[in-house]
Amino acid sequence: MHDKTIAELSAALQAGEFSALELTQHLLARIEARNGDVNAFITVTPELALEAAKAADAARARGEAGPLTGIPIAHKDLFCTDGVRTSCGSKMLDNFISPYDATVVERLKVAGTVMLGKTNMDEFAMGSSNETSYYGPAKNPWDPQRVPGGSSGGSAAAVAARLVPGVTGSDTGGSIRQPAALCGISGLKPTYGRVSRYGMVAFASSLDQGGPMARNAEDLALLLNAMAGFDPKDSTCIDRPVPDYTARLAASIKGLKIGLPKEYFSEGLDADVAKVIDAAIEEFRRLGAEFKEVSLPNVKLSVPAYYVIAPAEASSNLSRYDGVRFGYRCENPRDLEDMYKRSRGEGFGAEVKRRILVGTYALSAGYYDAYYRKAQQVRRLIREDFVKAFAEVDMLLGPTTPDVAFRLGEMVDDPVRMYLTDVYTIAVNLAGLPAMSIPAGFAKGMPVGLQLIGRDFDEARLLNAAHKYQQVTDWHNACPPGFE
Amino acid sequence: MSLGPAEVKNIAHLARLAIDEDLIPEYAKNLSGILALVEQMNAVDTEGVEPMAHPMDATQRLRPDVVTETNQRERFQRIAPATEAGLYLVPRVIE
Repeated sequence: MHDKTIAELSAALQAGEFSALELTQHLLARIEARNGDVNAFITVTPELALEAAKAADAARARGEAGPLTGIPIAHKDLFCTDGVRTSCGSKMLDNFISPYDATVVERLKVAGTVMLGKTNMDEFAMGSSNETSYYGPAKNPWDPQRVPGGSSGGSAAAVAARLVPGVTGSDTGGSIRQPAALCGISGLKPTYGRVSRYGMVAFASSLDQGGPMARNAEDLALLLNAMAGFDPKDSTCIDRPVPDYTARLAASIKGLKIGLPKEYFSEGLDADVAKVIDAAIEEFRRLGAEFKEVSLPNVKLSVPAYYVIAPAEASSNLSRYDGVRFGYRCENPRDLEDMYKRSRGEGFGAEVKRRILVGTYALSAGYYDAYYRKAQQVRRLIREDFVKAFAEVDMLLGPTTPDVAFRLGEMVDDPVRMYLTDVYTIAVNLAGLPAMSIPAGFAKGMPVGLQLIGRDFDEARLLNAAHKYQQVTDWHNACPPGFE
Repeated sequence: MSLGPAEVKNIAHLARLAIDEDLIPEYAKNLSGILALVEQMNAVDTEGVEPMAHPMDATQRLRPDVVTETNQRERFQRIAPATEAGLYLVPRVIE
């Protein structure tokens, strides 16, 4: 059962081949047996899962089943789950039992999904390797010596290792797409404002966006159908109708105009990864797509601008962790200031502290214009580059990452080098655009991700292109050895 | 812009963040590296460019001023480090 996609499981449940309870029991046993190999889960919730599975079977018996009824999923551990710990990968929230559900969690619950647990992640979603997690790094199922990517590393590893068919992730600078690429699965970062951020622990509020991760585009469409939509509880959520993302999956892409940003194929791109992307371009050409070179001249400034905006917003968002109302409080504080400082100093890990310090500095008196205002101006230039490109083409295509998964520990001492691994994903967050990563082959024995970037709210077109590609290729079905 | 130990200490104080004394040189080095990366932005002229806070330039939505939340004090205080009689307890601030 664990080798099936969500669409396949949905059909099998409907046909009565097995029940949601049997499926849930099977996957819980598999997590029990195999999670130790990849450390993908921080918390497993067997009692809640069995209860939800029984409810799903009962709903089906009453004739009330939808496409996601009885489908097991897991949530990245930054989505609040009522009555279940939401740690955000941090000691700070190790004892935090959410008193409510995130909107995404609630919507997927209403759709009938069965939550198996909460997945590992970089602390407060700050990282590209899952190594900053308080609970130890998740590992790449393709090679446990290598990182699964981050920050949604546990989510990606869980799907790749066939522990769960679909998961939620969040993407602030590439945190859905990069781990999806490194683990050989599919992941979609929706347009900013498409999916509610309510109950998703905030990192950088103008960049954060939740989205689905699964084996293929069809499954992403099924999950996004449930996740997307207006939510009055998120003041930046956009009020706009949600299409059925599965409706256009099979449409022809003949005549689709795809842009190749030349900056995504220049120095820094690994030669073996480039070959895989070139082969994917040929595949899209055979499907009838037309290619054109475009330029995004300011995209090279996206990593610098991001490392002002994201830390600045993070330093503000994370000021709420003060040891007063929830989360970690230090032992025997001398006074209030000591309590603030030590609770935060002891509760946060090194990378989170670095970013709080950078953000505090960038927002401090005398430096605001030079850093934060400048970064927001650069941000507009980056978005304008994309807008210009989309006047000529329907979507953009390129690699998701410059290289395949790196080794655990390889970059932990060099934060700037680690930041630069997100060079192809970060611009999309600054511009607010939807983008996805899908498996396109292998280099050096490790998966390579292909990135598709769309116009605002053009998720359906991205999913269509990805699905057509997956109909004629088999990379998304490749399973890490030992996890069959 | 390169940061020294004294500046790191000051920023850490502004952020109310305790940092081990012996780790300060390492933070200074890493933060200086990040600032050097960030300053690549200066290569582009942004004179007259309107700063962008929201990708779609959306403005904050207003809602009717009506009560929508019910009081859930006990529920929320169950996860607090220390409470008494419905109040959050912190170290004494007034002698």
